[in-house]
Amino acid sequence: MGPLVALLLAIVFFSLQSDRFLTGQNFSLILQQVSVVAVLAIGQTLIILTAGIDLSVGFVMALGTMVMAKFAVELGLPPLLAILCGIAITSGFGFLNGFLITRFNLPPFIVTLGTMNIAFALTQIYSKAQTVSGLPEAHLFWGNTFRLGETVFTYGVVLVIILYLLVWFFLSETAPGRHLYAVGNNPEAARLMGIPTQRVLLLTYTIAGFFYGIAGWLLISRTSVADPNAGQTENLETITAVVLGGTSLFGGRGMILGTLLGALIVGVFRNGLTLMGVSSVYQVLITGILVILAVVADQISKRRN
Amino acid sequence: MRRQVVLGMLAVGIVALGLVTAQNKTPYIGLITKTESNPFFVKMKEGAQKEAQKLGARFISAAGKTDGDNASQVAAIENMVAAGVNTILITPSDAKAIVPAIQKARAAGVQVIALDSPTDPPDAVDALFATNNYQAGVLIGQYAAAVMKGKKPIIATLDLFPGHPVGAQRHNGFLAGFGLKSFGPESNELARPAEVVCMADTYGDRAKGQTAMENCLQKNPNINLVYTINEPAAAGAYQALRAAGKEKNVIIVSIDGGCEGVRNVERGIIAATSQQYPLKMAAMGVQAGVKYARTGVKARGYVDTGVNLITKTPVPGVSSKDVKFGLENCWGQ
Repeated sequence: MGPLVALLLAIVFFSLQSDRFLTGQNFSLILQQVSVVAVLAIGQTLIILTAGIDLSVGFVMALGTMVMAKFAVELGLPPLLAILCGIAITSGFGFLNGFLITRFNLPPFIVTLGTMNIAFALTQIYSKAQTVSGLPEAHLFWGNTFRLGETVFTYGVVLVIILYLLVWFFLSETAPGRHLYAVGNNPEAARLMGIPTQRVLLLTYTIAGFFYGIAGWLLISRTSVADPNAGQTENLETITAVVLGGTSLFGGRGMILGTLLGALIVGVFRNGLTLMGVSSVYQVLITGILVILAVVADQISKRRN
Repeated sequence: MRRQVVLGMLAVGIVALGLVTAQNKTPYIGLITKTESNPFFVKMKEGAQKEAQKLGARFISAAGKTDGDNASQVAAIENMVAAGVNTILITPSDAKAIVPAIQKARAAGVQVIALDSPTDPPDAVDALFATNNYQAGVLIGQYAAAVMKGKKPIIATLDLFPGHPVGAQRHNGFLAGFGLKSFGPESNELARPAEVVCMADTYGDRAKGQTAMENCLQKNPNINLVYTINEPAAAGAYQALRAAGKEKNVIIVSIDGGCEGVRNVERGIIAATSQQYPLKMAAMGVQAGVKYARTGVKARGYVDTGVNLITKTPVPGVSSKDVKFGLENCWGQ
């Protein structure tokens, strides 16, 4: 409930401050602006539910976008195949994270710190630090628009909402989804119950990598180029969205839809403060305060249980 | 206590090593940039490498991880002094925090030259080879004023991030060049006259530039002039303007003069940009390093490596170069 209240309060506040805030078009815009982080944060949420963490998010996505762009533009692969190759690369990185964590029993923080650097370096080497433009239609698909009444939406926004609903269904209605919670709550108990904990973890990181690929596709649809310097701040932005959304960093407790609200809270503050003409420093300040509040709320609810 | 003695001896040893190697007359030059990935610094490194080869100097380079990563730069200075370079060329990520490390290097007999942006205080280094960022802003401001003659300016500024001197100098220079109320080159604060209806940060990043412009258009759909901190931010702004169907009647001006940026001037996406010359900065830095190694004479003070306004449509009263010149002298791909 916390993230929903925070989001509604922010919306009420900015509506009173600026008459341009509470319009369908402005909300469509905020959704477009948070879509990339929101999809990355799906992967991050799944991982944090297992009591893990992934620092490689942004750079793995950037590597995926580079592969999608260069395979199509320079190698001349069919666009959809190039996109699939990009998603395969990011899923492969997810698999690598999961493999190292489960096989050698390593802490996720350290493993993903390593793969974060590897992914960044590979992107720089492969792209020679150059932006790739002139992408085919398929790469830009999610940037196409449609109208609902007066408001213009992108297909990308619809994709984000569909992905969240699918993952929500997976987590709350299927056995593997509940296994994921069990592994995050108490891996030892989960193992004794006969849940294949190692396989659950390996799959979680791989699926997260798949979502980073989708996020990369959304990113190039939005910016129309593949940028080697993308993904610099996304790891912390996704963790912020997950925490604001009420998912516990200790694993086993949280809701995927909260993460979407968390991403929206950050987007609403950025947009609203710009409309008010307030310096972006205050957005950073408020984000910091909200993160602390979210963690405090998490601890209090943990004690109650 | 014993550990401190050992560490002290080690430090003395390193300094002594530095002194010994500083008198060794083969020119050995180190370059430390802000990041490995920014094309501006890639070009700078290329320029320094080429010049070092030409003059028969040894050359090493290092960089921070991100813009603002001071710790990596400090480590790079220490390692290069230990490796025995005679001259360090550095683009400081954090103008203040880097100063103690530079002082240690200079005490060890190494010549330190800042490239592209100054240290704080400026005399913490032997010399500064840089573009005058304020002047770069003034040029595009003057250009925009001449183009908008008689029209009421409704301005959005897409800036860098809070507290960065280069961001402030370009922003304030642009406003001063346009003839609006602004601060001088020393100020680190962004001026905000009434004509500026929206200010947003881009971190010099294309996607964030797009987001910033989208939000500014929400705030005021009649914006007719956009100042951008660099050309990726300008490309992002154009993307947002085009999505809103406003790209035809909005003027975008920018700073940097990267090849992709100059091509965007050619395409009519950016009206004008102030071009800087990282190759020249790097080459001059290496020349100064070679001179110091061979003669013991250090470079001194501030050398302006110059900016040129690049545009397809020159205006009277503001001197500019054409796109052809821009492409011949640009950096990046």
